[in-house]
Amino acid sequence: MQTVTRDLLLQKACELLDAGTVNRVYGWQKGQFDYDVTPAVFSSREELEKDFVYNDFCGANFSKYLIKETAGEGKILVFLKPCDTYSFNQLLTEHRFDREKVYAVGIPCDGMADIRLIEEEVGEGVTGVETDGDKLIVHTLYDGDVKLNRADYLAERCRVCKSKKHVAYDELLGEDGDVVDSARFDEVAKLEAMTPDERFAFWQNELSRCIRCNACRDVCPACTCEKCVFGNPKSGVENKAVSDSFEEKMFHIIRAFHVAGRCTDCGECSRVCPQHIPLHLLNRKFIKDIDAFYGEYQAGAEVGSRAPLVDYTEGDMEPGEAVASVDERGGKDA
Amino acid sequence: MRKCALANKNALLAAMAKTAKLYVPVDGADEKSRDVNSRLAGAYYAEWKDGTQLSKKLNTTRSPKDFFFPQTENMMTFKMTGKKLEIFDTRREHEDFILFGVRACDVRSFTVLDNVFLSDPVDSYYANRRAHGIIVSMACNKPAGTCFCRTFGIDAADPEGDVICWEDDAYIYLTAKTEKGEGLLNAVADVTEDCADDAADAVKATVNERLDKLPLADLKSDAFGGGKTDTFFNDPAWNELSEACLGCGTCTFVCPTCQCYDIKDFNTGREVIRFRCWDSCMYSDFTMMAHGTNRPNHMQRFRQRFMHKLVYYPENNGGLFSCVGCGRCLSRCPISMNIVKVMKKLGGNENAE
Amino acid sequence: MQVNENFKPLIVAFCCNWCSYAGADLAGNNRLNYPAEVKIIRVPCSCRVNPMFILRAFQRGADGVIICGCHPGDCHYTSGNYFTRRRMSLLFSMLDYLGIERERTRVEWVSAAEGAKFAATMNEFVEQVTALGENKRLEDLRCKQ
Repeated sequence: MQTVTRDLLLQKACELLDAGTVNRVYGWQKGQFDYDVTPAVFSSREELEKDFVYNDFCGANFSKYLIKETAGEGKILVFLKPCDTYSFNQLLTEHRFDREKVYAVGIPCDGMADIRLIEEEVGEGVTGVETDGDKLIVHTLYDGDVKLNRADYLAERCRVCKSKKHVAYDELLGEDGDVVDSARFDEVAKLEAMTPDERFAFWQNELSRCIRCNACRDVCPACTCEKCVFGNPKSGVENKAVSDSFEEKMFHIIRAFHVAGRCTDCGECSRVCPQHIPLHLLNRKFIKDIDAFYGEYQAGAEVGSRAPLVDYTEGDMEPGEAVASVDERGGKDA
Repeated sequence: MRKCALANKNALLAAMAKTAKLYVPVDGADEKSRDVNSRLAGAYYAEWKDGTQLSKKLNTTRSPKDFFFPQTENMMTFKMTGKKLEIFDTRREHEDFILFGVRACDVRSFTVLDNVFLSDPVDSYYANRRAHGIIVSMACNKPAGTCFCRTFGIDAADPEGDVICWEDDAYIYLTAKTEKGEGLLNAVADVTEDCADDAADAVKATVNERLDKLPLADLKSDAFGGGKTDTFFNDPAWNELSEACLGCGTCTFVCPTCQCYDIKDFNTGREVIRFRCWDSCMYSDFTMMAHGTNRPNHMQRFRQRFMHKLVYYPENNGGLFSCVGCGRCLSRCPISMNIVKVMKKLGGNENAE
Repeated sequence: MQVNENFKPLIVAFCCNWCSYAGADLAGNNRLNYPAEVKIIRVPCSCRVNPMFILRAFQRGADGVIICGCHPGDCHYTSGNYFTRRRMSLLFSMLDYLGIERERTRVEWVSAAEGAKFAATMNEFVEQVTALGENKRLEDLRCKQ
């Protein structure tokens, strides 16, 4: 269960609106069911009271929306979960929005549930999901109410949460947590330990599902180019749908590469993928390699830090050594 | 009406597969498989082989429109030799194939596509595939929470198609609706037996009862339709609705009725392949022309998608909506903005909560 | 694995204008042999090589891609090759992670004075890629015939 409640957030939002600190609030808007929450701007107490929600399905990272929202007049209130604050900082590092126009309220997070995991368990007749302590009560069309262990139905990125600590905020609700020693690289290490043939088969299977909807790119807080290379007819690689499996690989390698060193591992790409491709495993590979080759680096941990790919030392590893070193530290024994 | 015991379903499918290539919905990975990603990606259509387990999911993640209007399709190739330009026609006659287990909503989507591709001038690529496809539809025993096909006058208890199927605990009932369907049922006569024409009525009744209770059962399409452009086009609500939209193509690409495509050339170094691929009105380079794009901002692109489904298409196609209520966009949209929310917001009192 | 006796790999070599490209010239002037399968593309700095170039070389039929730049510390633009080194380390590691043979990619530092090293490197790389056979994992079937 989330330690902060909708009522607490609502109260805070109304308070700041009334005081004139902000003139808009970025929050979560109620949907048809409990799990289909939409990010939205609220500009009055009435709107907030009517449609504002905060539940276990508020996974969307608001940081990227700030680019658009700070172009407007006045300050906007934004609620940031710990992982969102890293993206927030990273965008500030890249001078992508005006910090002065944002009032950031940090909120603790106990992980967000994944509706697909729930549907996989109880079937597709889900009409609502409520949280009751460490249980989820799932209302279904055909099996009545089903009680599930909340912890087992958290999104992958939440099960291996890297940090409960807020790295940016104007105000914090509740207690701040710590950076967590997480198991988020375990899956990467498992893949590294496979033979090249197995790895190739694994990725071939995963990437072949791609429908090139570009959701992973469009949701990514690190992908903020005005014109993406894959959306530019003059780039020579612009393609809307995949004609050949090569194009799937090229798109996903380049997408991950373009955010390497800047990706905070917020996990939005995997959350939004309609085909459930584990895109975070590509991003985490880059993060794991960067940590191993050039020293620990967490994008977004502090504003203004230099991303590893626009930095160097004279004694850096040679590419050949770097690739070989993966075997040694690898996952071979892991 | 014919019936076949569920225990013999494999034999029934085998008999169908003998007449033509048979495609069935399957799961990405079996239930015990540790490949959780393939499993969560949902069902998809695959060629049936002896013993193939059918998916228990209500529907496939991608719609079966792929069979008639694939994501990419080569149209022709060009080759230059010296100053001579040769053009090769890549079209070929397709073989017959059977799509098994198509849901009522998706069957209707073929009608929506037909209106576009088979009206003059006929799209020969589509027409060729369509002529060779046999649709075996299946009533929805357990419609999902996101289903709203009834809103558009589709009956999930009694679908359209060449052959219609119903399933209860013991039998699968089949009836043919077209000549193609008759042919198929005759070909599988050995594994099916005759039964009363009302044998599936109990199933239909259950399904109807369930459809009544769906959370979106009250959603009405009455406010929309042809001639309503002026009513909705300048509605200020579009700004609010499109606010969080990422501009990705998820809704378009999982949609069974979206039919826009782009035509592109690919130079292989030896020849040029001219192909078409799905396009989305959500993309900023959609219908890009020499002078630029006619929908320069995101709200306009967002509006286009829903106006097309709810107003423009019905206007040009005798009132038929180009949404079939399959619910794919409801469950797949990254930010959970979808046609139901749009209809509720714009549909006025009729859809007010 | 079936080995095609007559297989001749296609190698794309991205060579820095200020060092390796001149190194290739020197190899030629000195009559040092290296296989004709190596196709050189001159770039202003090894750092100009976008990861996309490498992928597209594979797409268009390359069986191996090698990037040659100035020795670390000798970059004409001071630091370009340091960035190349980091980028390519990560890119090659990613390709390896996707199951693409790591022996198909390489970075080598070759100065304008190292004609012999250029020829030796190319000979060795061609041999290595020949042993691997045709590039199947990063191919675009439309470009094959």
